[in-house]
Amino acid sequence: MSREPKVENRETNAPASAPPSLDSRPSMLGRYAGIYAALWKNSVTRETMFKGNFLLWIVVELAWFALQLGFISVLYLHTQHIGSWTKWQVVLLVGVSHFIQQLFQAFFLINCANLSELVRTGKMDFLMMLPVNTRFVASLRQVDLGGFVNAGSALAVMIYAARELQLSPTLPMAVGFLALCFIGICIHYCLMFSLASVSFWTVKAQGIVHGYYNLFNIARMPDDAFPRGVFKTVFTFALPVLLVSNVPARLLTDRLTSSSCFLLVGMAIACAFFSEWVWRMSLKRYTSASS
Amino acid sequence: MSPYGLGGKWSATPLSFARDGWNASDVQRIKLCFHVPLLSLIYVGFFSVRKYWHVIGIGVQNNLTYRFNFLARTVFGFIPLTAILLLWRNIYEGKGDAASVATFTLAQMTSYYLLVTLVDALTAVNEDDWQIAADIKDGNISQFLLKPVDYLWFRFCLYLAGRGTYLTVAFIPLVLVTIYLRDYFVLPPDAATFGLFMMSVLMTAMLQFFISYTMAMLAFWVMEVSTFIFILYAFEYIASGHMFPLAILPQVVQDILFFTPFPYQLYLPVGIYLGKITGAALVNGLLAQAGWVVGAYLLARFAWFRGIKKYAAAGG
Repeated sequence: MSREPKVENRETNAPASAPPSLDSRPSMLGRYAGIYAALWKNSVTRETMFKGNFLLWIVVELAWFALQLGFISVLYLHTQHIGSWTKWQVVLLVGVSHFIQQLFQAFFLINCANLSELVRTGKMDFLMMLPVNTRFVASLRQVDLGGFVNAGSALAVMIYAARELQLSPTLPMAVGFLALCFIGICIHYCLMFSLASVSFWTVKAQGIVHGYYNLFNIARMPDDAFPRGVFKTVFTFALPVLLVSNVPARLLTDRLTSSSCFLLVGMAIACAFFSEWVWRMSLKRYTSASS
Repeated sequence: MSPYGLGGKWSATPLSFARDGWNASDVQRIKLCFHVPLLSLIYVGFFSVRKYWHVIGIGVQNNLTYRFNFLARTVFGFIPLTAILLLWRNIYEGKGDAASVATFTLAQMTSYYLLVTLVDALTAVNEDDWQIAADIKDGNISQFLLKPVDYLWFRFCLYLAGRGTYLTVAFIPLVLVTIYLRDYFVLPPDAATFGLFMMSVLMTAMLQFFISYTMAMLAFWVMEVSTFIFILYAFEYIASGHMFPLAILPQVVQDILFFTPFPYQLYLPVGIYLGKITGAALVNGLLAQAGWVVGAYLLARFAWFRGIKKYAAAGG
């Protein structure tokens, strides 16, 4: 089943790009957009095959999201604020975190998780043979459509919390917020992709997805809750998950300092370079399995 | 449901041999004869236990393959643990010295999460439910319908082996963290409390296993069981006290929760250890836990019994 989409990609894209000589191909961006559209089409087809399961996974995610919100409301039965964060600010933060996590899940999570399987079974060969960037197909092969529905539920919670806080974000603020979320998703992706690349060494790397879920847990915690120390330093400067949702949430609640904003952008760039470096190192280690 | 089906058949026969006119010693001798099947039953029973010991041995070996996975899991697991402990410390600091949240002091709260980690390492079902579901889907259970091995106890042995291995690997990091947090770690009030804690942990393990086993039985009816398992797990996660001690919930919610099996899957042993559950509540809690263990066991047996009727032995 997993081989079908690739074959189809080539068929849908080859007629558009192959007949003219190599030099007169449509622009690189257009070509990749076409390929990505084909990947989307495959994912939609795949999801429609198991409709009941698709709906049940949405229920699972909703249950876990409700659980996080329940935890916050129980905590605030016993305290007025955590650091400088009030109850509805934290609800907003949990919403932002879920929004970012679900979009990350929609685009990248399955693919990162499947990387070790591709290496173990040697199916990576097929991806490497395709006339496209291998990291591109490996990272974006499947789209998890449920993630978009769940991101919608996160958006609803964010809007509710914003009303409770009597926030009225302006258009530039909303655009800035979305841009920061985009950067956050990139950070999650780069970190997880680097971790998943470890599977080129250890082969069985299923613990990695589990490990990364622990980092999501930290992303939804208010940054002020942690005193200056090893923990905060590591999760700000080494694995910057503490920045990912705190910075956008602070933008919405009008408490963002420009330094933390620049830090987020800087860390995103650093993570991108790091993950590319790890990926290239890992590819060198690849020895095909089977056959 | 004895795997041999011998029990009922043999034990009924002796009475029919007692005839009129036989003297007492004859009857004694006849009875003696019937000790043979009884003894052989015990003998077979002994060996059946022995074969389950073999299963445990195999389970340990299989699990040792994943020792680094276990270690990574334990160490990764300390990240959210640290986060939540820091979060609570922040909340307690805002309240001033000698503060308590629903009778929990900061030290007790810290101990609570450490104990939850420990009990979780001792009792949490790792991948058993996925494996059982996969066995059913792939038709691997067919062999257990033919062999004199009871699938439930077979899986229980593998589960025990998994927990044993996990604990051996997780023990060192757990002890290190406890030593690091020694100022915040409280000991049980007395030895008896510790004994009751251990007893409750044992029942927790059984309850966890039987519930997971029952959930995995869903694989007889549906293709994909993971969604159902995850939904139940979400409820378990909050209602068993994994996220926070149930005592910080409003009283009404607590009362309702104690009618469900969830608090008995984690909160009860930890509450006993910390001396939060005492006296009549403790006795009632243990009785209820035992009740849930038996209930979950019967449900597991029932689900298997119904499932087998529907089973189509996929894959031959």
